[in-house]
Amino acid sequence: MSLEVRKLCKTFVNEHSGEKTAVLDAIDLAVENGGFVSIIGPTGCGKTTLLRIIAGLEVASSGDIFINGAKPAEPWKQVGFVFQEYALFPWRRVWENIAFGLEMKGVSTAERRDRAFDFIKRFGLEGSHDLYPRELSGGMKQRVALARTMITDPDIILMDEPFGALDSQTRSQMRQFLFDVWRQSKKTILFITHSIDEAIFLSQKVIGFSSRPATCSLELTIDLPYPRDVTTDTFNIYRRRIITFLDDQKA
Amino acid sequence: MQAILSKAKILFPLLILVLWQACSTIGLFPTVKVPSPVQIIAALQDLTVVGLPQGSILLFHCLYSLQRVAIGFMLALCAAVPLGIVFGWSEILRKMITPVIEMLRPIPPLAWIPLAILWFGIGLRSAAFIIFLGCFFPILLSTMSGVMSVDPVLISAAKTLGATRRQIFFHVLLPGATPSIYTGLRIGLGIGWMTLVAAEFTGVKSGYGLGYMIMTARDIQRSDLVIAGMAVIGCMGFILDGLLRIFESRALRWR
Repeated sequence: MSLEVRKLCKTFVNEHSGEKTAVLDAIDLAVENGGFVSIIGPTGCGKTTLLRIIAGLEVASSGDIFINGAKPAEPWKQVGFVFQEYALFPWRRVWENIAFGLEMKGVSTAERRDRAFDFIKRFGLEGSHDLYPRELSGGMKQRVALARTMITDPDIILMDEPFGALDSQTRSQMRQFLFDVWRQSKKTILFITHSIDEAIFLSQKVIGFSSRPATCSLELTIDLPYPRDVTTDTFNIYRRRIITFLDDQKA
Repeated sequence: MQAILSKAKILFPLLILVLWQACSTIGLFPTVKVPSPVQIIAALQDLTVVGLPQGSILLFHCLYSLQRVAIGFMLALCAAVPLGIVFGWSEILRKMITPVIEMLRPIPPLAWIPLAILWFGIGLRSAAFIIFLGCFFPILLSTMSGVMSVDPVLISAAKTLGATRRQIFFHVLLPGATPSIYTGLRIGLGIGWMTLVAAEFTGVKSGYGLGYMIMTARDIQRSDLVIAGMAVIGCMGFILDGLLRIFESRALRWR
């Protein structure tokens, strides 16, 4: 399914002082069906707010969102969300976390278990099905979180800096893992990251946000064949362009 | 270290008892005012076999008190936990209800005794009502704060995974508030016991109950029986709290 955001604005109003803060200013972006688009930009520029609005967790001040050409009434039903802080339910075991969405839909326990265990196997989580989240490493937690989102089969997956809390080695493993998952599932993915390499490695298109209020100041199509190699010269050209862009935002 | 600690847990209270007995034996404590541990054990035996008043044995006093606490506590639990979750969740309701709670809460449950007797008469129902009042507020406030401490990102996650409001209530807010609810239950149960005995001082005219038993012992000026009754209350409170802690550690294995 395709995702399109048109002229989206968001202004927060402070309840007490009435002070207004513009966070998003006329954001336009599109992700085609099965596409992978990354958003990169300064910290606190409103990237998370944009994802929350697309998922229907927050309301836009103005502008429109289209999923497959239509405005969704209940976007959270079509959209999956992977959070930076994993957001696993600490009182649920791994398989129960993964099966959460199925349980909410009223799927029987036996079927939930079967399908959750299938994901546990595919996501390299064998043997950890009965563990609680506190017993998992960061990389495993994010695999569980991704499995929990994928099992509900959303049309579009929004990922809010999912690997931000991981060490660099785990991070590059997860980058590869996400790539494989995306290629197999052919999901439409909108991905927020602070890592330039992550963005170029994964995306068909990288969008650069300016500092607040955020506008789409850079739109860079990554014209490299998959799978990509981070050590090539062409990769480095893209890298340089994004670094230059981000440096300009600071100035 | 662990072994020393677990021994100390038993040895320390024993040491106090031995010192107490020693002070009584050498005449440092006047036995009419402060009976010795040995006298209290004898009094306990007396209460168990003969009973006070004669024929009303300790076991029944305990069971009646336990029944009153159990009913009051269960009622408080059934009312305070759902209300606490609702008030914890809805900011509007919470703002509306907080002044009411904060005005009712400082009123000692014992101040309700006249009304309780007027409404429910003397007996089980008014005693249970008093205990209900004692248990209700700690459970309510702990549940509320438990819900408010649930990480909002978990609610967002549940929503994007297709949970309805009702499902968020039962599958996110309730389990998320459980640690705090248990704290509230333990505080509530402790206060419930305290209120029970006082409620029985005035709210029970005859029959059974540990508070009633202690008042009877006071009337016949037997401090050994009074202290024996107090010791029984302490032990029962300790055991019940221990039971709650077992449930708690089972329910919170994920922590």
